[in-house]
Amino acid sequence: MPDPKMRRRDVLLGAGVVGASALPIAAPPAVAQPAAPAATPAKGAAPAAGPAPAGYTFLKPSEQAFVEAMVDHMIPADELTPSGTDVGLAIFIDRACAGSWGKGDRLYLQGPWKQGSANQGYQLPLTPAELYQRGIAGSNAYCRKTWGKSFDRLAAADKETFLKDLAAGKIMFAGGIPGREFFTMAYQTVMEGLFSDPIYGGNRNMVGWRMVGFPGVGANNAENIKKYNDGTRFTVEPLGIADFS
Amino acid sequence: MARKLPPVDIVIVGMGWAGGIMAKELGPTGLKIVVLERGGPRTTQDDFNIPQIRDDLRFQQRNELMMDVAKDTLTVRNNPSEEALPMRRLGSFLPGEGVGGSGVHWSGHNWRWADQDLKIRSNYEQRYGKKYIPDDMNLKDWGISYAELEPYYEKFEYTAGISGKAGNLNGKIQKGGNPFEGARKKDYPLPPLTAALATNMFTKASNELGFHAFPRPTSQMSKPFTNIDGQQLGQCQYCGYCEKFGCESNAKGSPHITVIPVALKNENVDLRTFSWVQKVLLDSTGKKATGVLYVNVLTGEEIEQPADLVILSGFQLNNVHLLLLSGIGKPYDPKTREGLVGANYCYQAGGGRTGAIQLFFDDRSFNPFMAAGGLGAVVDDFHYNQDFDRAKAGGYIGGATIAAGGSNARPINYHPVPPGTPQWGSEWKREVAKWYQGSVVVNGTGSVMPHPDNCLTLDPTYKNRFGQPLLRMTFDFHENDFKVMSHAVDMSAKIAKAMNPKMMFNNFSKAGWTSVPYQSTHNTGGAMMGSDPRTSVVNKYLQSWDVHNVFVTGAAVFPHNSSYNPTGPVGAMAFWAADAIKNRYLKNPGLLV
Ligand SMILES: Cc1cc2nc3c(=O)[nH]c(=O)nc-3n(C[C@H](O)[C@H](O)[C@H](O)COP(=O)(O)OP(=O)(O)OC[C@H]3O[C@@H](n4cnc5c(N)ncnc54)[C@H](O)[C@@H]3O)c2cc1C
Repeated sequence: MPDPKMRRRDVLLGAGVVGASALPIAAPPAVAQPAAPAATPAKGAAPAAGPAPAGYTFLKPSEQAFVEAMVDHMIPADELTPSGTDVGLAIFIDRACAGSWGKGDRLYLQGPWKQGSANQGYQLPLTPAELYQRGIAGSNAYCRKTWGKSFDRLAAADKETFLKDLAAGKIMFAGGIPGREFFTMAYQTVMEGLFSDPIYGGNRNMVGWRMVGFPGVGANNAENIKKYNDGTRFTVEPLGIADFS
Repeated sequence: MARKLPPVDIVIVGMGWAGGIMAKELGPTGLKIVVLERGGPRTTQDDFNIPQIRDDLRFQQRNELMMDVAKDTLTVRNNPSEEALPMRRLGSFLPGEGVGGSGVHWSGHNWRWADQDLKIRSNYEQRYGKKYIPDDMNLKDWGISYAELEPYYEKFEYTAGISGKAGNLNGKIQKGGNPFEGARKKDYPLPPLTAALATNMFTKASNELGFHAFPRPTSQMSKPFTNIDGQQLGQCQYCGYCEKFGCESNAKGSPHITVIPVALKNENVDLRTFSWVQKVLLDSTGKKATGVLYVNVLTGEEIEQPADLVILSGFQLNNVHLLLLSGIGKPYDPKTREGLVGANYCYQAGGGRTGAIQLFFDDRSFNPFMAAGGLGAVVDDFHYNQDFDRAKAGGYIGGATIAAGGSNARPINYHPVPPGTPQWGSEWKREVAKWYQGSVVVNGTGSVMPHPDNCLTLDPTYKNRFGQPLLRMTFDFHENDFKVMSHAVDMSAKIAKAMNPKMMFNNFSKAGWTSVPYQSTHNTGGAMMGSDPRTSVVNKYLQSWDVHNVFVTGAAVFPHNSSYNPTGPVGAMAFWAADAIKNRYLKNPGLLV
């Protein structure tokens, strides 16, 4: 049955079609490009700058599908927040991978490389962006082998099983990357996307902050702390970095 | 070949708390002083401005104010038979880089380490007998007394600005303060911070049990403050972006707004940022320093700065690293247990990773985001209380402070849920939303005593960006540390229970030390002080026994670690050593004892 939520990218990827290699090379996306407005703006006036566009700059289509499925599974739409994708988590992760953190900023990347004990921490020669990409490829390969489909196509119960096994360290990807390393990082980015300042693309409309009642960046509590020390909840409209800028 | 500069009188390595104090105290001598700092300059206006500084992703998650491990890190292992591997990401501890050092992003908890620590071996032998101290515990008196340091503690408190309540003024116990503290001549410069609900509940419960809770002494200003040098600090706003952040209100005592600008008023003090010291240079006898070799990290150029006196004021780990790289003193070897430099490395137990009791209440809101680095209350009955009988509490040495009151509730890391809650999904969200406002932690922080396996040495394999061997840390918690924490957890649970939560959980375990989650930046030892050159690296004036024109500041000189945070004595001993240099060493260079 066709999924009503199927997106354009799914079509390009041949979602649901077994044997993707048999597909023809994808044609350019069928997005109608509107013609330039007939009337040119008045002389001297520059075109207006719109709001910042949200779109992927780093993740490939199959990776986008994985990340969206993962964040929607971990942060489903319910009475507390919209779905992970709608909260901006997939875009947050895309930006994080594309940026300096993803590229290995503040990571010691010299060899030799050994596995080490858990207490010695991360020991792979991969940057976070590389680990994301290899982790997604490894996850999809594992899911295809186990359930016959990539992660994003799995039923919710199978997604749950996969993520739990990944978190529990039960999965080793072909090629030797421990699944748990990928999970630890992926889970961290989900938390970061949900709760960091919205300026990074996640936590849209500060829904993560609203969910718990975190006031954001504007706090001046020298007086509040005196008033609110009797168990009364302090509620305030949260503020992010952009609200001050 | 390094470019050789004209000689100067004094080189100070590192511009954090200790380097700042040294530069400020020695500045008025008029001598030519160069301070070399590996990181860049920092100002409140540009580096800690609102809103950018209140960015949890950038400063807490990505550690932007801290040392960059891509350039220089450590290798780590739990015991000498393991192969050490690089700490590829910052985790367990977060030393600073840049003007102000770790002092710009510390939490501000301030303690006076008194004779309970400074005369630790004598105390235990006297009270519990020689046999009470395990044979392989290299427990040592520090060779200095609280009476000697008392005026310098006061100086540090009135420089940094500390909010607190005296517990012992000139021998008279003060109600509401820490009755077990060393006698102080003067109260804290500022009254305690405003207590939050969790603190009040902890204080009440502790006192009803017969313990003695008091507001944690800390370097967030409860009121606007002018320090002893006329530097002006603002009032704390309880914003909850404190530890790991710089303060936009100048309301946290930090070197960059206190000692450093005062030092730099002296035209003879020359601060060179982006100057990474590689080693101390020695003459052919190996007994005298001739200066330092450093790299201008903006160009990569190697530069030799000759000097008559070298003061190592990097962070504890950096100072030990520099001693080892320079060949000053005999390096410690954990196999033979010989040598001194790198021995007695200690850390602290707790830090939330183990020994924390998490309490949940469903009938009140704590507003945990109204917080400051040192907000909270502490019970010292199982640490500085000399009457407390350790033999009956598991038979340990040292002790733990027990505290409640949080530094922040920034939700990337702070979203407590009861154990057994799923890690994601709607149920996880519901639990997070339900308990965010209703949770409190009561936790112990334990002293750590020396163990012959725990040490700092040079790594045989891994190098930093300059091609120098990394410092290798061998560390684990041992039996005495677990005894301390196990007792602390029992006492914490007792207090927590008296706070009457709906539920409470205890995360105590005897798990080994891990380099991964943040615990504390309370690393100590490796250049221990003492009164005998055969058993210590520096004397009571922080002067190297081996190379008398080298002084070493900071927590590297601590022979063991207390349950208290380290910066109080780091600051006090920097003032103390500066006095000895000014009044005695410069007049007659040579060993001071
Ligand atoms: C998050 C956090 C919270 C903390 N909270 C507390 C607390 O509540 N209470 C407490 O007592 N302590 C606390 N600390 C520890 C406290 O910050 C340190 O004890 C204190 O800053 C040590 O002072 P220092 O001068 O020895 O080192 P630092 O202040 O770290 O300064 C050392 C300086 O030397 C520089 N340096 C190092 N190596 C070289 C080199 N080779 N060449 C040139 N420059 C070099 C560094 O870049 C740095 O600027 C905390 C630390 C952190 C990170």
